[in-house]
Amino acid sequence: MSFEKTLRSFILQNFLFTDDDSALSNSDSFLERGIIDSTGILELITFIEEQIGITVEDEEMVPENLDSIDNLVRFIGSKQSKDH
Amino acid sequence: MVETALHKVLQFDEAAEVARITDWLRETLRTKLNRRGLVVAMSGGIDSSVCAALSVKAIGPQKVFGLLLPERDSSPQSASRGRLLAEHLGIEYLVHDIAPTLQAIGCYQWRDQAIKQTFPEYSEGWKNKIVIAGGSEGKINHFNLVVQSPDGQTQTRRLGLKEYLQIVAATNFKQRIRKTLEYFHADRLNYAVVGTPNRVEYDQGFFVKNGDGSADVKPIAHLYKTQVYALARHLGLPREICSATPTTDTYSMPQGQDEFYYALPYQQMDLALWAYNQNKPESELALLAGLSEDKARFVYKDIEAKRKTTAMLHWPALTVQVVAGPRNKTQ
Repeated sequence: MSFEKTLRSFILQNFLFTDDDSALSNSDSFLERGIIDSTGILELITFIEEQIGITVEDEEMVPENLDSIDNLVRFIGSKQSKDH
Repeated sequence: MVETALHKVLQFDEAAEVARITDWLRETLRTKLNRRGLVVAMSGGIDSSVCAALSVKAIGPQKVFGLLLPERDSSPQSASRGRLLAEHLGIEYLVHDIAPTLQAIGCYQWRDQAIKQTFPEYSEGWKNKIVIAGGSEGKINHFNLVVQSPDGQTQTRRLGLKEYLQIVAATNFKQRIRKTLEYFHADRLNYAVVGTPNRVEYDQGFFVKNGDGSADVKPIAHLYKTQVYALARHLGLPREICSATPTTDTYSMPQGQDEFYYALPYQQMDLALWAYNQNKPESELALLAGLSEDKARFVYKDIEAKRKTTAMLHWPALTVQVVAGPRNKTQ
């Protein structure tokens, strides 16, 4: 499964309590739509760090990196390309 | 500049406000709560001190019961200010050290276990506090743990979510055990319990649900902290209380409320919430509070985020449908 799909499935099941894929679009802002609050974002960071073994630094904890599936996929992609 | 701005926008008629609150307290006790007096837990801080003084002004010292509820991490100055206030107001009061109860229920053990996950060397004699970071810089709020070894060395690390939640859950025992005792004495005396949040605490959810958030009346929840200080001076409270710096008095290292929860020190936070409530643009807040426009924008975002995140702390248990009953009649 691609990381995007893993992420979607984690958010749908853990935050939205559904397996309906249409409940979340990749561009939805988690914070503005009330899907995930700031504590939820910390949960998401723990998930990402454990799943793909990256460390999210303090200065990277901005909505531009973490506040939607699109932002997360872009952010993780750029972290991984820096590591290689 | 901040002081001048605060004075300009938050000044009010203290005597009229005291009359309004004390009238409301008497009326509420008589017509809604049907209780004979008020219990106030006094931390030695400005909010609970003003609430105790307002209670005495409303119904007289014989009908107000004060509680001083220190524990292992409370500063000794808090207890001495609490005693000073109780003597000043001439009320009956009780000092009950809640450390043995907290020890028995596992508060310190659960907290220290989570701290050791982050700092394995943490042990007896070390001190700790949690510091918030991020929100005032436009980042996601997160939390750092600061520990101090017995020789005074401090170290800071970002807390994992699991550890953060466990430390907060454990320390919340403090507020919840205190509230249990407040209600014991209120039930024993047929009194009501006074909750002591100021407006910023109430609005931003800086309280523990079923802990300090629980009460029968909250007489200063509509007042900014600056206004609470003004009432303290107007009510002639002891100088030591009027000049005390706000702290959480919950962690063993000294911890300002702005460090733990707010984006700004209380004077600027008062101004920020006032400006937000008045729909003032960020540029005006920046000017009033001496902040950059970027910072003012982040502070507004942080206010909104905290309102959203903590809304459920204010709610009663939710029901599937509206259930008719006396509660719905009184609201």
